[in-house]
Amino acid sequence: MGIMFLCEVVGSIVSTIKHDCYQGKKIMLVRPISPDKKMQNGTMVAVDTVGAGKGEIVLVAAEGRSASEILKFESRMPMRSVIVGIVDKIQINRFKY
Amino acid sequence: MKLGKVLGKVWATVKDPKLEGVKLYIMQPIDEYEKPMGKALIAVDAVSSREGDIVYWVGGAEATLPFKDRQIPSDASIVGLVDRIDT
Repeated sequence: MGIMFLCEVVGSIVSTIKHDCYQGKKIMLVRPISPDKKMQNGTMVAVDTVGAGKGEIVLVAAEGRSASEILKFESRMPMRSVIVGIVDKIQINRFKY
Repeated sequence: MKLGKVLGKVWATVKDPKLEGVKLYIMQPIDEYEKPMGKALIAVDAVSSREGDIVYWVGGAEATLPFKDRQIPSDASIVGLVDRIDT
């Protein structure tokens, strides 16, 4: 599994004309968040695999090889960010990051 | 992947042979409110987008894979047209 981000789902997009690997996939818009849940810049497009909804905090895998493995493509596809989990709880200890 | 807006087209007759027959667009990355995000860049089109279209694109190694049959020297490839953004 490659690098993963903490993101918040901020919306979704409707797209009919797209590369085959995106067919039939739910495509969401996510923004990275800091561990204390402050939203940051850098909106990303991410394919949803866990039924994430707007406003939810999610785990986003942002690396092509992981995306192809998760979506079980036989060969590498032009896709990178995939929502792989919905976060229930974040616990950070007293260290200031 | 990120959202982008197609600003214009680039023609280059002298170029890497692997880029033959490939459409090159000037594209401005944007956020979910269509506000510019970072610098405009040259993106390879794989879904017959047109000027003014809102699109989404992939960067990095995956950008070389938009066409089934061949790898192209691209660092940003447009992989989809956006019909609607819901925020």
